Amino acid sequence: MNGGHDIGGMDGFGPVQPEPNEPVFHSQWEKRAFALTLAAGVAGGWNIDMSRFARENRPPNEYLTMSYYQIWFAALEAMLKERALVSDDEIAAGQTLKAPKPVSCILKADDVARVLYHGDPTERETKTKPAFKAGDRVRAKMMNPVTHTRLPRYVRGHLGTIDRVIGCHVFPDSNAAGAGENPQWLYTVRFDGGELWGADADPSVTVSVDAWEPYLLPA
Amino acid sequence: MAHAHNHGHDFHHEHGSELSEMQLRTRAIETILLEKGYIEQAAIDELIETYEKKIGPRNGAQVVAKAWVDPKFRKWLLEDGTAAIGSLGFGGRSGNHLVALENTPLLHNMVVCTLCSCYPWAVLGLPPLWYKSAPYRSRAVADPRGVLKDFGIELPKDTEIRVWDSTAELRYMVVPMRPAGTEGWSEEKLADLVTRDSMIGTGFPKSPKDLK
Amino acid sequence: MNGAADMGGMHGFGPVVPEKNEPVFHEEWEGHSFALNIVTGVANLWNIDAFRFKRESLPPPEYLNLSYYGLWTRTLELMMLEYGIATPEELKAGHAIAPFKQAPRAVTAADCDNMVRCARPFSRPAPGPALFKVGDKVRAKNMHPKHHTRLPRYTRGHVGEIARIVGCHVFPDSNASNLGEDPHWLYTVRFDGHELWGADSDPKVRVCIEAWEPYLEKP
Repeated sequence: MNGGHDIGGMDGFGPVQPEPNEPVFHSQWEKRAFALTLAAGVAGGWNIDMSRFARENRPPNEYLTMSYYQIWFAALEAMLKERALVSDDEIAAGQTLKAPKPVSCILKADDVARVLYHGDPTERETKTKPAFKAGDRVRAKMMNPVTHTRLPRYVRGHLGTIDRVIGCHVFPDSNAAGAGENPQWLYTVRFDGGELWGADADPSVTVSVDAWEPYLLPA
Repeated sequence: MAHAHNHGHDFHHEHGSELSEMQLRTRAIETILLEKGYIEQAAIDELIETYEKKIGPRNGAQVVAKAWVDPKFRKWLLEDGTAAIGSLGFGGRSGNHLVALENTPLLHNMVVCTLCSCYPWAVLGLPPLWYKSAPYRSRAVADPRGVLKDFGIELPKDTEIRVWDSTAELRYMVVPMRPAGTEGWSEEKLADLVTRDSMIGTGFPKSPKDLK
Repeated sequence: MNGAADMGGMHGFGPVVPEKNEPVFHEEWEGHSFALNIVTGVANLWNIDAFRFKRESLPPPEYLNLSYYGLWTRTLELMMLEYGIATPEELKAGHAIAPFKQAPRAVTAADCDNMVRCARPFSRPAPGPALFKVGDKVRAKNMHPKHHTRLPRYTRGHVGEIARIVGCHVFPDSNASNLGEDPHWLYTVRFDGHELWGADSDPKVRVCIEAWEPYLEKP
């Protein structure tokens, strides 16, 4: 969706402000929001693409005002409620009010190290062949789905070059919508700064994105 | 200074403690300009009075009603909106580059200003809050049919929807189609049928039975 | 600039919510905010393009969360500071602080009445012949200026057709930065919905904008 998160190329946010000696978490609740999101993901059975969409899927004015972990937490609440794992009443009361819905799997403390080490590889086997090869000129599609996508607005419609054929990977646009992994060929596509930002742009800049095949057309 | 609130759909209104803050800050600006002699109080009062009471969609309704009964005026309005509305005494601020857009059974016009809130003040007065808010500004150009659904309107699939984004100083008003069953009506009676939304393109005029 | 105001095509803001019997001003102060913006224009303190530029320069979280007239008041404050009409101390105190210079002339109710009825048009004598004619195909430039512009992002790079030659108008990109009126030919350009939003979008939508000649090039 063209949400508040898709801000590549936007002006007005001011300078980048690195924080010296920044802690990993700025407060206790942030630690818990982070850990809860990961742990609840196991019980809730959602995938990372669904999580990302849950974060993006809010009014842009809210997205841009909430802190990083506020967004994570709001998305967590939304996904738990969507799956009837927690209700609004229970959130307001701060406690369980009815019998928990059974789930197939929960994250145990002993599993954490193994689960984190295993990670979430997204590469999948395929019998299909990639449509493009390194060096090919491609055009990023003009597309504006209201659902999850990973093609930022600032590249849409622009001409780039295939830098690398990455492999066949879970396709977020399908996976986030619960339509299955639908793995697609994934490429690194490089765009000249001038192509993206116009004739006055810095000629020494290029921008690369990783784009799945359904995002691309031959040039 | 300004702080953000999670207002949900209501984020465009001030309320509670923010109300007094904006009131004070606005008053500060006014006081300073008065004290330094840039403005007279009467000027402020006159402007508020003008746009609250004197200039409004009734102006545009008169223009539309005249276009419905008078084919020569209609032609003039569509060719030179500024001059045509000027002949009725309308014009000036946000009305000196006026373009009238004709709705037909195959073409429905809608007006928006995605970048801010440009609107034909001279014929419609000041815009409603929804026109100036993010939902309309963001969606009108991309999903006008979806926006019309928010107004309870569904157009046939083969009707072209032409959206006019007021990026310069041209100001647009829609001339909706004349409702059936109004043959022989006076201009004044016809003007009662013309709604503000029908002149923006997010509504239709009332029908004769709506007036009964 | 690519500010928060440039929101054509964004998702997530929710439905349009009309208010029945909406008053012209929801609060008394809103009427004053409105009137103050108009009178400062009549007083020629700054031009309308400079005001719009200042408003759209607000950091996106601020822009998106202020109410409509809150935006006007905030922008007025910033303009008064930038143009030396008020100091931060005066705004904080809520009144002028001596010593200060008296304005040469105060805007009267008659001035405002006159402006409302016969505001000066934005058309100017043409500097030369128009580059395009009705029916010409044109491409909206892929430009990303940091200064004020009225070419919305959703049109940039796209091909449309000249629907109308409006005339020669004050050019906001220059005027907003006080670089002069610099009038240029102004056109109404019509785009097909598919061109702007992609092949999956409504085939019966077209979008028209006004674009000055410097925004356009041959496709």
